[in-house]
Amino acid sequence: MLAGAVLAALALPLAACTTDKPAPSAAPAATASESAGKGTGDQSKFFVQADYDAQMAMRTAQPTGPEGKPWEQTINAEPVDTAKYKKSGPYHLCFSNAAVDNPWRQVGWKTMQAEVGLHKEVTKFTALDAEGKDDKQISDIAELQGKGCDALIVSPNTTATLTPAVSGACPKVPVIVFDRGVQTDCPVTFIKPIGGYAFGAAAAEFLVDKVPAGGKILALRILPGVDVLETRWSAAKVAFDKSDLKVVGVDFTDGDAAKTKSIVGDYIQRFGKIDGVWMDAGANAVAAVEAFEDAGQPVPPINGEDQQDFLQKWQEAKLTAVAPTYPTYQWRTPVIAALRILKGEEVPKVWNLPQPTVTQENLATYLKPGMPPLHYALCGCEDLPGYPEKWGGRS
Amino acid sequence: MKRALPIFVVLAGLLVAIAVANPYFLEPPSLLAFVKRAAPLVILAAGQYFVIVSGEFDLSVGSLVTAEVVIAARLIDGSAAATWPVLALLIVLGPLVGLVNGTVTTVLRVPSFITTLAMLLILSGAVFLWTGGAPRGALSPQFRELGRGGLGPVPWSALILLAAAAAAIWVMRSGYGHRLIAAGDNDRAAALSGVHVARVRTVAFMVSGLSAAIAAILLGGFAGVSAQVGQGLEFQAITAVVLGGVALGGGRGSVVAAMAGAFTLEALFTLLNLYGISGALEPAVQGVIIIAAVALGAVSLPRRKAAAA
Amino acid sequence: MTGQPRLRPAPARLAALRPLPAGGPARAVYLALALLVVLGWVLFALRGEQFLTMENIVGIQQRSAALGIVAIGQTMVILAGSLDLSVAYLISLTSLVAAETMAGGDGMVVPAIAAVLAVSATVGLVNGLVVTGLRVHAFIATLGVGLIVAGLLDARYDGPAGSVPASFQHLGYDRIGPLPVSALLWAAVAAAAWFLLRRTRLGHRIYAVGGDAEVARLSGVRTGRVVVAAHVICSVCAGIGGLLLASRLGAGAPTVGTDGGYDLESIAAVVLGGTALAGGRGGVAGTVGGVLLLAVLDSVFNQLEIDSFAKDVVRGVVLVAALAIYARGRRTP
Repeated sequence: MLAGAVLAALALPLAACTTDKPAPSAAPAATASESAGKGTGDQSKFFVQADYDAQMAMRTAQPTGPEGKPWEQTINAEPVDTAKYKKSGPYHLCFSNAAVDNPWRQVGWKTMQAEVGLHKEVTKFTALDAEGKDDKQISDIAELQGKGCDALIVSPNTTATLTPAVSGACPKVPVIVFDRGVQTDCPVTFIKPIGGYAFGAAAAEFLVDKVPAGGKILALRILPGVDVLETRWSAAKVAFDKSDLKVVGVDFTDGDAAKTKSIVGDYIQRFGKIDGVWMDAGANAVAAVEAFEDAGQPVPPINGEDQQDFLQKWQEAKLTAVAPTYPTYQWRTPVIAALRILKGEEVPKVWNLPQPTVTQENLATYLKPGMPPLHYALCGCEDLPGYPEKWGGRS
Repeated sequence: MKRALPIFVVLAGLLVAIAVANPYFLEPPSLLAFVKRAAPLVILAAGQYFVIVSGEFDLSVGSLVTAEVVIAARLIDGSAAATWPVLALLIVLGPLVGLVNGTVTTVLRVPSFITTLAMLLILSGAVFLWTGGAPRGALSPQFRELGRGGLGPVPWSALILLAAAAAAIWVMRSGYGHRLIAAGDNDRAAALSGVHVARVRTVAFMVSGLSAAIAAILLGGFAGVSAQVGQGLEFQAITAVVLGGVALGGGRGSVVAAMAGAFTLEALFTLLNLYGISGALEPAVQGVIIIAAVALGAVSLPRRKAAAA
Repeated sequence: MTGQPRLRPAPARLAALRPLPAGGPARAVYLALALLVVLGWVLFALRGEQFLTMENIVGIQQRSAALGIVAIGQTMVILAGSLDLSVAYLISLTSLVAAETMAGGDGMVVPAIAAVLAVSATVGLVNGLVVTGLRVHAFIATLGVGLIVAGLLDARYDGPAGSVPASFQHLGYDRIGPLPVSALLWAAVAAAAWFLLRRTRLGHRIYAVGGDAEVARLSGVRTGRVVVAAHVICSVCAGIGGLLLASRLGAGAPTVGTDGGYDLESIAAVVLGGTALAGGRGGVAGTVGGVLLLAVLDSVFNQLEIDSFAKDVVRGVVLVAALAIYARGRRTP
């Protein structure tokens, strides 16, 4: 066993030296060789300059569509003709859902069900939950094709791996894809908010604006390799690299609140002071804020997301904060799109939804007392029947 | 206690390695922060020890931690007045789940691996069925205090850990502890010498459930409501116990070593983070060390199941 | 806490029942399966729906083929008294090895299959050697090896990679009448495993070692080799599962195994099929029944659109109930 201890002690530094991966990390050894001394590491291989540029342009573009209903609005629409799908009601809509395994998807799923309830012409709505399994979603999509659906809505679990299944369904039924995309343009429409680059950039630009030059930034990410999260970080990296800020650490939290709090606590201890926190998702923002409180330090500028617990903390603790969003109201749009397609009305080929940012100025409008802590404020569900009880809130 | 020694050597080695990379680590606030962070896992490992030394597994603790935190949030819903009754409820609920695990395992004779796997599914399913998929309500500041605050500079969790450790050591030195080890060592022989094996094992499951309840209170207090607060804790707790030299299959090992195993695991995570191995290679290093530690530890007893030729 | 080496007398009930591999439980699981199908049929007939439509039957098979193949391998190690928690990571790894080796080219299909089999056999060999040579409990050994594979995956892959040619996708998508090719592959693996367990010396030894390693050793069986062989077979089955998933997904994915929960689900399917977790009792037939039972249950849930949380509760209850019934059935004095 003694040998085990020696082995362990030897193995660790050794393993640290032999890793080839330019791990984006706070370790001094790893940061030394990183690009431009900004501490942000190499650019993600998910980064696509053209997509980035397109999203940056969309952030300032004016959406078209009904006022006050962002889920029906669209940016840079290229309409497609849907006359060939036109048929008379009543309709049977089908939905292959990737999962309902996190609060974002929960809020979205309830919102979608309520939206379906608004439309009398939808007499049947069949939804299958793939429980986060690619293989199950492939079978689900195949199974739904045998159920006589008039339109098929898909929220893919993984972009690349669901492509064959979606391609297979396209010739048989009009397909609507939302949230994550697929690598084929066969769906009639693909619905998404502006995207991850816009999210990451909004948060990073806020920090660049609020944190004094030379300030130390800690970037917290959930996990590597997820396309929708990689884009957020890669846009933030672009912004930080252009700034005078110093990113002292990029760490992964696994989406775990306790781990987030521990990591932030470690950085505060190691650097004495952290001047700004960037997060690729808001779920653990409150834990990060608490780490500063527990260390007896003022909370530096930070970004979260539109979850109630963060917005509430923001107001109570008077934080300098911003909350970019990935709105859950996008779960309403696929149902609306499906009905438009079945009625032969035009829909955009890529339906870019506006993606608002919660700021100090509009914070009060998004803060919804009585809603559960993990509720997403941009659900667009306030006017739907059953609100707020159905979403776990109190009126 | 001889078997417990190696794990302390490993732990000391890891702590020194951390201190080399981060000299602040040995200062009291930093060390206390480490203890505070490790406390839930150490307590869980102590509970898991009881089950493992009796010859069984408890895979349901992670899911039980999540369930307890989610239940607490919904019932307390931010109200200070509800805090203490709900805390009491949580403390009762943990052993109750253990009682079910123990009864199904001993009376219905379902292998504990399966019993507690099923309990894992049932708990996580039932609690989210009840809350509609995502946590609702909020924990009160009073509830949070136990995991966040402290008595002066000493975190409550460190004190709770100390109390739990003392209780665990005391129980293992009592007659019950001896019967438990006898049951795990050889249940037939123990039964013949008058040990009520089923009862002794069921109590072990209840201890594990209680430890999960305490861990839930500390974790919920430390970081707040989250749907994945307990994720993977069952494997971490079992790994910690095994790292402490406790034999799977029962009958051998000490509770102190099991708790040291949990500290070691936590120190290992800290060290890997410090050296920047976070993310990518962390699981691999962890895997190698777990296997090495168990292989090099004097685990040479003939195991009941796998070929031990 | 004594340190002295002891010889553990084998529990009498294990020894007594060992030569009864595919007895009651296997039959019980098929009975339960038949009951469930009838129940589902009546339930949906009352709702004016059809239960076992063509899509449904194909869907059940497609959904269960990968798990079925992995569970066959898991049966082998469990029969030998071991356990494999590394299969989920191995499936992810082999799906990537397959898709990256093929890289969309028809010519590389055979080399890719060979590579997958080699990689998975190696992992199985490591599992087996750690369990027998280093004497690490299978739970920790395979958990540790699984973590090592997970580290490799994390270090090398950021997401789905590689691509399989259209010709290889036939494996995942084609069917002959109501029988998907994937289900036929599963049947072939099951048949091979059945033959191995029933008709070969290795098969008999697997039962012997799982039943009572000490007795087996005393009667001249080299128990270590048997356990290693079982682990290699188990990992190769996981590799075949990885191939199948690569063909279904059109690419390899670093999380496909863990997302699918193939580790714990395969163990659940095996014990549901009546194989004893302690080893030595059970068989492939029961496992196939166990996988089908889970799949039909899933299909009923799917058609009823039951919440995934409720599904977990029901699955847990079914698992405990089934094992409690089996335990009653084999109660011996």
